[in-house]
Amino acid sequence: MPQRLRVSPTRFRVSDDPIDQAEVAASIAASGSGAVVTFVGLVRDYNAGRQVLFLDYEAFAPLAVKSFDRIAGEATEKWPSAALAIHHRTGRVGIGEASIAIAAVSPHRADAFAASRYAIERIKQISPIWKHEHFEGGEVWIEGATADPGDEAARRAALERACW
Amino acid sequence: MLVTVRLFARLREIAGAAEVEVEVPLGATVEDAWAALSARHSALAAYATSISCAVNEDYARMTVRLQEGDEVAFLPPVSGG
Repeated sequence: MPQRLRVSPTRFRVSDDPIDQAEVAASIAASGSGAVVTFVGLVRDYNAGRQVLFLDYEAFAPLAVKSFDRIAGEATEKWPSAALAIHHRTGRVGIGEASIAIAAVSPHRADAFAASRYAIERIKQISPIWKHEHFEGGEVWIEGATADPGDEAARRAALERACW
Repeated sequence: MLVTVRLFARLREIAGAAEVEVEVPLGATVEDAWAALSARHSALAAYATSISCAVNEDYARMTVRLQEGDEVAFLPPVSGG
């Protein structure tokens, strides 16, 4: 019988494919993991007084994947036992569907919770991904933070939120 | 020299293209490429203080000097998650 190759799922991904949160967590599962925290971001039907129909996500995919790797490295500096996997969806995402899943694993729950919170805050600060909101009566690009990974004040703010 | 400029989200819509070629002088910086593009599309000026950039798929500063054939990406404020 031919040997089956084991292909590890990708830790960092930007793709039009629907998000499989179990796959995200599986990509970093390890025998020493005592805790896995999975954060899943869903598309809401209401934003800033607007009835949202769907979101269309655009990304600069190669840099977005690099930003996830960078954020995971930052998290590991702060919580050395924690590891992260991040998948972000692009294209049209309907109400209630997942746009992002972050899995954080660690031997201990505190580090896994903190690392996952840190990751989502940093993604919102620096990852080159944009929401195009289609709502009842129009559409608008949502514009948040100027993406500057060297902005130490932003990084500190993300750390503070993660450590609450 | 020619550099390739990639544009995203609202910037892409303003320019009407996801990718454009921009002619800049030898020794030009990312800032110079932005200025050349803004001269073509005046509505880009509103983003002058809020964009960031990447060169050859890595984050970069607007003061970085470009080489012939470089790929510059201009990033409007991001909103992933």
